[in-house]
Amino acid sequence: MSERYEIRFSGSGGQGLILAGVIFAEAATIYDTKTAVQSQSYGPEARGGASKSEVIISDKTINFPKATAIDLMLALTQEACSKYYKDIKPDGTLLVDEDFVKEIPKGTFKVLRLPIIRTASEEIGKAFVANIVAIGAITAITGQVSLEAVEKAVLSRVPKGTEELNKKALKAGYDLAKARAK
Amino acid sequence: MAFDYDQYIRAGKLPHIWCPGCTYGIVFKSILRVVDTLKLNRDDIAMVSGIGCASRLPGYVDFNTLHTAHGRALPFATGLKMAKPDKHVLVVSGDGDATAIGGNHFIHACRRNIDITVLVFNNFIYGMTGGQYSPTTPSGHLATTMPYGNIDTSFNIPELAKGAGASFVARGTAYHAAGLDKLIIEAMQHKGLSVVEIINACPTTHGRRNKFKSPTDMLLWMKDTYIPAVAFDKLPPEKTAGKFPMGVLFKKEGLPEYCENYYGLVERLKKQREGRA
Amino acid sequence: MGKIKLLQGNEACAEGALYAGCTFFGGYPITPSTEVAEYLARRLPQIGGVFLQMEDEIAAMAAVIGGSLAGCKALTATSGPGFSLKQENMGFAMLTEIPCVIVNVMRGGPSTGVPTGPGQSDIMQCKWGTHGDHPVICLTPAYVQEIFSETVRAFNLSEKYRTPVIIAFDEIVGHMRERIEIPDAGVLEIVNRVKPTCPPSEYLPYDDSKGDVPPMANFFEGYRYHVTGLNHGTDGFPVNASPRIHTDELRLLRKVEANRAEIIKFEEYMLDDAEVAIFAYGVSGRSAKTAVEMARAEGIKAGLFRPLTIWPFPDEQVAELAGRVKGIVVPELSLGQIIFEVERCAKGRCKLEGIYRVDGDPINPAQILAKVKEVK
Repeated sequence: MSERYEIRFSGSGGQGLILAGVIFAEAATIYDTKTAVQSQSYGPEARGGASKSEVIISDKTINFPKATAIDLMLALTQEACSKYYKDIKPDGTLLVDEDFVKEIPKGTFKVLRLPIIRTASEEIGKAFVANIVAIGAITAITGQVSLEAVEKAVLSRVPKGTEELNKKALKAGYDLAKARAK
Repeated sequence: MAFDYDQYIRAGKLPHIWCPGCTYGIVFKSILRVVDTLKLNRDDIAMVSGIGCASRLPGYVDFNTLHTAHGRALPFATGLKMAKPDKHVLVVSGDGDATAIGGNHFIHACRRNIDITVLVFNNFIYGMTGGQYSPTTPSGHLATTMPYGNIDTSFNIPELAKGAGASFVARGTAYHAAGLDKLIIEAMQHKGLSVVEIINACPTTHGRRNKFKSPTDMLLWMKDTYIPAVAFDKLPPEKTAGKFPMGVLFKKEGLPEYCENYYGLVERLKKQREGRA
Repeated sequence: MGKIKLLQGNEACAEGALYAGCTFFGGYPITPSTEVAEYLARRLPQIGGVFLQMEDEIAAMAAVIGGSLAGCKALTATSGPGFSLKQENMGFAMLTEIPCVIVNVMRGGPSTGVPTGPGQSDIMQCKWGTHGDHPVICLTPAYVQEIFSETVRAFNLSEKYRTPVIIAFDEIVGHMRERIEIPDAGVLEIVNRVKPTCPPSEYLPYDDSKGDVPPMANFFEGYRYHVTGLNHGTDGFPVNASPRIHTDELRLLRKVEANRAEIIKFEEYMLDDAEVAIFAYGVSGRSAKTAVEMARAEGIKAGLFRPLTIWPFPDEQVAELAGRVKGIVVPELSLGQIIFEVERCAKGRCKLEGIYRVDGDPINPAQILAKVKEVK
């Protein structure tokens, strides 16, 4: 199953993480040439509190549809981080918002700290584009999907009139991750 | 010249299943006269029923007829009406069918105010299954499942219909047959959900257990018990005890009707699309 | 080239229905099938079709039958307790031969159970849920694209055989999003019910003299006839006599049984040289496919039989398979249901092992692989 790449977007309800998963899956499978499966939690679990959305990306048909060995997990809140980190692969990556996730769970996985929400609110000026900033960062970190494909997917999903804002957010997240990786 | 009922009856499907003394035949003929008076095309009428003695009526009439499951006539009828909103959909039901097992469907059809006419044949009992008490069995009456007398409280069907949102509510009886024609005509002409409760007699499973000596006694009881609403409203309270009003009990024109609302929405969306194009 | 979209299984089901010509939906909100209703609540009014949210599941099924009788291709979608409630009127549609499609997005049960988790424990209910003997066609897609195409097929079978068709898939497949291609109109075959051509006066709605599926007149089109949930004669009127009831019920079953070859559809994956077969559908079929790949990577000759039609059950195919493998593994999200059908067809000719799970998670490929190794 090594050809699978599993991403978990987590945070609190309302941060747009389900949409982030949908956009990333669309980028991979509609605007790029990969296959993808997106899923999310439902029911009481999905209301407020911690929320998650998962995307599996592959070059082949994806049969088993659940993410169980996470290559990259994004956590925008401490609660989500503590609740969902356990499925990260030993050599996987945990990407956290450096202002909102202070306690990093123990593990062999790599940890990346980025000011995702701060970038959205200060650099872009709108906290609600934090999910798009995160997508930009994840695009850079994973290299699974081209930035062009991700941009197309973002633009097809965001409300009219917010295209430039979201493009900027995507680029900011991408650059942020690239800069840290150096 | 005598009225030609045969033009609306399916040849070879009579005799009906109803017992001697049952008053359903009176209502049956009233419905046929109404269809004739309104000059409705038989192809444009669907008559839908659930289960019970009244529910066998559609089998005898030469319309599009649908005999469904117990209590479910109204949602089947709703499906027909929504698919073909320009057709006449008529539901025949009983007291148990409409207000016990079909109670939820009944109140919601009323609430939607969908343009269907519902004739509730109230004979105060489950006749087909042999005389069990229903939601309209009078207090104290004997039924096979109330062998010590009915301790349950009754529904008042017109009040129920009105409370749930029906825009036309009437009550008639098998005894007052001529008046019944007028009520059904008015119900069918009304736009919106119309309910006509029709008081009927079941001598076999209700009357003979409850001190009605004959079917005629039951008709005479109707004659004494049901008073035209106009007169009823003028009576002092001591004179209305044990009596009930009949006639058109509630009528309101111009209330939102479900098919109109829905197809209005369809039109609105169509215009929006054309506006964009 | 059609339209490419990323859709949920439930949304793909709604798109499949629209492609098939569905113009009527009656439903009631219930998890995890609600997205089918929500999608059609947006789309049907746009195309002049009917969307109805009824007062309960029973009413929704009834309205769908009414809509179909008035000439619409009609759909309902439900889950768990809602599927139980629909059984009464599903039986009505089976006996009265009114086409319609029922989607059951399966969750855990009994009772409220696990509304947001997947289940496959309604699969016997799909066959035996309503009372009496009755024909059942039930399709079990496992991929979002397949939900689309099987929904189209469900309508086609329903119209062709004048019978309700069930589509049963689990919560995981219903909720996950995958890329699908919606073909242009005309690419997939669309079947419509055969209408009578005789004069109305000669019309017999249940005339079996020219075949097991009599032509069906829609209401309000000049063929005034009677539809009843009582057993009935060729003219549609109640019959309470021997031998008509018996022979007519046999005909209802025959509509499906005599057409098994057309109705039964399945995928065989690496079964040619398989020593161990996995019989699995829905999400369990997806897990099993991965398990087959894992087994093959280890040099174990495993293969998958994945039914897309679960009812009628692929008796012959399973019997043949049982005759040439050492064993069959049956993973299912129940405590053991479809395995008994496999056992019935295998007739003891090979080993049989079930994997059962009802805790809201799918059976994972590693679990299946471990069982494959046991059986080998």
